[in-house]
Amino acid sequence: MHANNRKISSYLFPVLMLLMYLVGNTSQVMGQDHHAAAADTAIATEAVHATEGVAEAHAEAHGEAKEEGKIDAGKLIMEHIGDAYDWHIATIGHSHISIPLLVIIKDAAGFKFFLSSRFKHGHATYEGYKIEEGKIAAVNADGTINHEASFYDLSITKNVASMLISVIFLCWIMLSVAGHYTRNKGKAPKGLANLIETLIIFLRDEVAKPSIGPKYAKFLPYLLTIFFFIFINNLFGLIPFFPGGANVTGNIAVTLVLAIFTFVITSFNGNKSYWGHIFMPPGVPKALWILLVPIEIIGMLNKPIVLMIRLFANITAGHIIILGFFSLIFIFGAMNQSLGLGVSVLSVAFTVFMNFLELLVAFLQAYVFTLLSALYFGSAVEEHHHEEHH
Amino acid sequence: MELVKPGLGLIFWMTITFSIVLFILSKFAWKPILNSIREREDSINNALNAAEEARKQMSALKADNEKLLNQARAERDMMLKEAHEMKENIISLAKKSADEEGRKIIAKANESIESAKINAMNELKSQVAVLSVDLAEKVLRKKMDDRAQQESFVNENLKSITLN
Repeated sequence: MHANNRKISSYLFPVLMLLMYLVGNTSQVMGQDHHAAAADTAIATEAVHATEGVAEAHAEAHGEAKEEGKIDAGKLIMEHIGDAYDWHIATIGHSHISIPLLVIIKDAAGFKFFLSSRFKHGHATYEGYKIEEGKIAAVNADGTINHEASFYDLSITKNVASMLISVIFLCWIMLSVAGHYTRNKGKAPKGLANLIETLIIFLRDEVAKPSIGPKYAKFLPYLLTIFFFIFINNLFGLIPFFPGGANVTGNIAVTLVLAIFTFVITSFNGNKSYWGHIFMPPGVPKALWILLVPIEIIGMLNKPIVLMIRLFANITAGHIIILGFFSLIFIFGAMNQSLGLGVSVLSVAFTVFMNFLELLVAFLQAYVFTLLSALYFGSAVEEHHHEEHH
Repeated sequence: MELVKPGLGLIFWMTITFSIVLFILSKFAWKPILNSIREREDSINNALNAAEEARKQMSALKADNEKLLNQARAERDMMLKEAHEMKENIISLAKKSADEEGRKIIAKANESIESAKINAMNELKSQVAVLSVDLAEKVLRKKMDDRAQQESFVNENLKSITLN
C-alpha cells in the first residue's frame, strides 16, 4: 500500500507542479497583457471616484463603462472574485437582479441587523454606515467617511452565504450517504455512496495512512471534512450563477481559517519529538540552536501560510483567467463590434479549456491541502528514533 | 490589495461554520460511513479467510482421502499377497505332506514287500530244506539199506557237526 502511494504521488506531484507552474505563468502573462490597460483604467476610476466621491456598485460601473465605450476589466474581475454585501445575479438594462444579504454590524451601540438592500447598491447611507469601495464604512453625520470609527463587520456576505449553501449541500450529501450505510449495513454501496466511498477510501489509504502512520484514524474525520469542504466549494465556485459564482476557497479569509485549523491540530497533537525537533534540534551543537530554533519556528509557521496561499492563489488565479477571457470579449467589442464577436469565439474556447483545467485544479487543490495537512499531522505524531539525519 | 486582506466577518463565519460542519460530519457522517466501510472490509476479509481455510481443509480432506485410499489399496494388496502366500504355503505343505505320505506308503510297501519276500524266501528255504531232506532220505534209504553203511554215515556226519 505504501509503495502504491509512492507511485501515485510520484506522478501526481510532477503533474501538480506543472499545473501550478502553468497557472502561475498564464496568470502572469494575463496580468502583463492587462497590466497597462488595467492600470490606466484603475487610475481613471480612481479619478472618477475622487471627483464624484461616490462608491459605485460594479453593475453601475459596468453600465457607465459601456456608455463611455470602454470597459474596466481589472475592476470587474476584482469585484467578481472579491466579496459583496448582496448577491448579484444579473443586470438587465439598468435594473439589477440581486439577492440582498443580511448585514450584521457590531459597534459600541450593540448589534445592528438589516438587509443590504438598505444601502441601495452603495448609494444610500443607513444607520450611519454605507458601502465604500465595496466595504462597509462608518459615516459621520455630514456624510463623510469616519475612518476612526471602530466597529465589527460580521455581515453575511456573498461568500458567507455561498459557503453556507455549499456546506448545507455537503452535509446533506454526506448525511444521506451515511444514511445509506446505516440502512444497507454490510452491503455493497450504490450510486452516490459508491462515489463518496471511493474518495473516502482513497483519502484513507493513499493520504492518511501513509502520511500519518498508525495513528491516522484520529485525524481522518478532519482530513475528510477539509477535503470535501474545499472540493465542494471549489466546484461551487466554478458554477457561474446563483448557487455558485462566489469565490469562497479563493478568499484568503477562508483559506486562512482552514490553515489555522490544520496548524492548531498539528500543534495540539505534536509529541515530544516534534517539539523537541523545533526547540532542541537533536544532533547539532547547542551553540547552533540560536540559529536553528528561529529557522525551525519559521518553518513551523510557514506550513500553514503556504497552505493558505496555495489554495487561495490557485483558485483565485483560475477565476481571474476565466474572467479575463470574458473581459477580452468586451474590451475588443468596445473597439469594434465584429472584432468582439471574433474574439468571443476564441475566448469561449479558452474558457471551456480553462473550466476543464479548473475542474482538475478543484480536485487537486483539495487533495493537496488534505495531503499536506496529513503530512503535517504525520510529522507531529511521528515517533523519532533519533537517527542523526539532520 | 483588498484581495489578500482577510475580512473579519468571513473569518468569523468561516470558523463557526467549519467547526459546526466538522462536528456534524465527524459525528453523523464519517463515523457511520467509516465504521461500516471497516466492518464491510472486515467481513470481506473474514469471508476470504474462511474461504481460504475451507479450501485448505478441503485439500487436507482430499489428501486424507487419498491417504486412506492408498492405505486401503496397500492393505488390499497386502491381503492379496498374504492370501497368495498362504495358498502357496498350503499347496507346498500339502505337497510336502503328500510326498511324505507317499514316501511313507512306498516305504511301508517296500518293507512289507521285503518282509513278504523274506517270508517267501524262508518258506521256500524251509520247503527246499524239507524237500531236500526228503530227497536225501530217499536217496540215503536207497543207498544205505544195510545197517553198517548207515552207522558209518551217521558217524561221519556226527563228526562234521561239531557242537561248539
